[in-house]
Amino acid sequence: MSMNITLSREDVVRLCERVEGAQLRARAIPKLTDEYPGMTIGDGYAVQTELRRRFVAQGHRHVGWKAGLTSQAKMRQMGVDVPSIGFLTDRMARAENAAISTSDLVHPRVECEVAFVMKKALAGPGCTRQDVLDATDYVLPAVEIIDSRFSGFKFDLASVVADNGSSARFVGGGRARLVDELDLRTLGAVLEKNGEIVGMGASAAVLGHPADAVAMLVNILAELGETLPAGSFVMSGGITEAVPVRPGDSVVARFQELGSVSMRFVD
Amino acid sequence: MDESRIRQLGDELFDAWRARRTVAPLVEREPDIALEDAYRIQSRYIERRLAAGETIVGKKIGVTSKPVQDFLGVFQPDFGQLTSGMVHEEGEAIDLGTLIQPKAEAELAFVLKEDLKGPGVTAMDVIRATDYVVPCFEIVDSRITDWKIRIQDTVADNASCGVFVLGASRGDPRRLDITLAGMVLEKNGELHSTGVGAAVQGSPANAVAWLANTLGELGIPFKAGEVILSGSQSTLVPVADGDELVCTVGGLGSCRVKFSGRSAA
Repeated sequence: MSMNITLSREDVVRLCERVEGAQLRARAIPKLTDEYPGMTIGDGYAVQTELRRRFVAQGHRHVGWKAGLTSQAKMRQMGVDVPSIGFLTDRMARAENAAISTSDLVHPRVECEVAFVMKKALAGPGCTRQDVLDATDYVLPAVEIIDSRFSGFKFDLASVVADNGSSARFVGGGRARLVDELDLRTLGAVLEKNGEIVGMGASAAVLGHPADAVAMLVNILAELGETLPAGSFVMSGGITEAVPVRPGDSVVARFQELGSVSMRFVD
Repeated sequence: MDESRIRQLGDELFDAWRARRTVAPLVEREPDIALEDAYRIQSRYIERRLAAGETIVGKKIGVTSKPVQDFLGVFQPDFGQLTSGMVHEEGEAIDLGTLIQPKAEAELAFVLKEDLKGPGVTAMDVIRATDYVVPCFEIVDSRITDWKIRIQDTVADNASCGVFVLGASRGDPRRLDITLAGMVLEKNGELHSTGVGAAVQGSPANAVAWLANTLGELGIPFKAGEVILSGSQSTLVPVADGDELVCTVGGLGSCRVKFSGRSAA
């Protein structure tokens, strides 16, 4: 992946303000490449980095990262062919079994994921599945609530990267497990909305193995000149397709060996 | 439908199976064919296979996922009989020349240690009566031209059963979460798709309970030692000469199958 930046510093700041405004006001905007058709993935990450810098300056705590667009199902659903990453802050975290407001979201969707908590720092390039497993404190099940700020969830990779990989909210929970007690490749997952099964799969759906998705994330971080610190919370990517939610919906993600994570959505 | 017509259609399917050729959809020719008629045709077809020297070794459950039920416009699964001629050993290549238009499905198979007699059988009874579960491949095949099936066609055609392969790893459903166990399907070393036990009627044990109750109503025995293919947890995978498939059930193990030759259609 080329991290070539073509936008001027002024354009990066301008686009960052546009994305930040859309996130704060929960308003859909046209994808950024409509105005900047030559925008690269590197430009997208420059906007995302500026957004992270601003959030941290406002006192948000940067708690970790998420891998996005990691399954064939998701890439097909979104019409892209490379995974992406986004950052996570404490303001995006919601507690297990919480009532989550949708009034500050545009068009939220949920997906279930295997999440990692790191006990050692990791740096790319060349980070491998084994490096990730060795550096993992524990894994746990999680639900990511994604929310593209682009109209109709229509975007290209550069725009979605600038929009922080559609990151919005996340809920970790269930049962924490040590990685050497699990086969992380074959964990089954079922996503239920209002008691009905709306998504199913096994963890191999995420780039063949969730730890491979984390290794990919660390290697993308290296291209951005960043490392993954010890203590980071990392979501490895959706096992199922993302499912829209509305106020009144109740969601449960059930995982083999990892228990379940539940939440409900309100106005 | 009168008995002579039932026998005629059952014989036609038997002849098609033996000659590796297809027949026109039965529903096109018998628009009023009822599901009960279809099961009677299936019985005739199986009688012919038993008369030719095979034995009953188990049952298969089909049409267990919501997308397939929606496609066929039904609200419940169907079933077929497994015979001794359908059994293939893991590791031996399946000769596609013995099949017409095969596709593979990854499933969880049950082997019973006690008879199950419906009605009134629950999923808990199924777990209690199960000796072990194994990952397996069912190679479905249709004697109906171009798979143009309605539910009556597939039921009459023994639930489109072709052949099957059981994996070597046996698991105890009391120690394995059969509902949430992941299913990873690889084709020629690459990830093909993933699934989970819940794709089958919410849990594979629910499908087996449905079968026990349905067989009970029909007075068909469901005996200890029988193999039950509980329903597909994957999409249908087309197979060709040289293909190798592996399915892995989380917490249980794998089943591997190879194919050689060319199918008839």
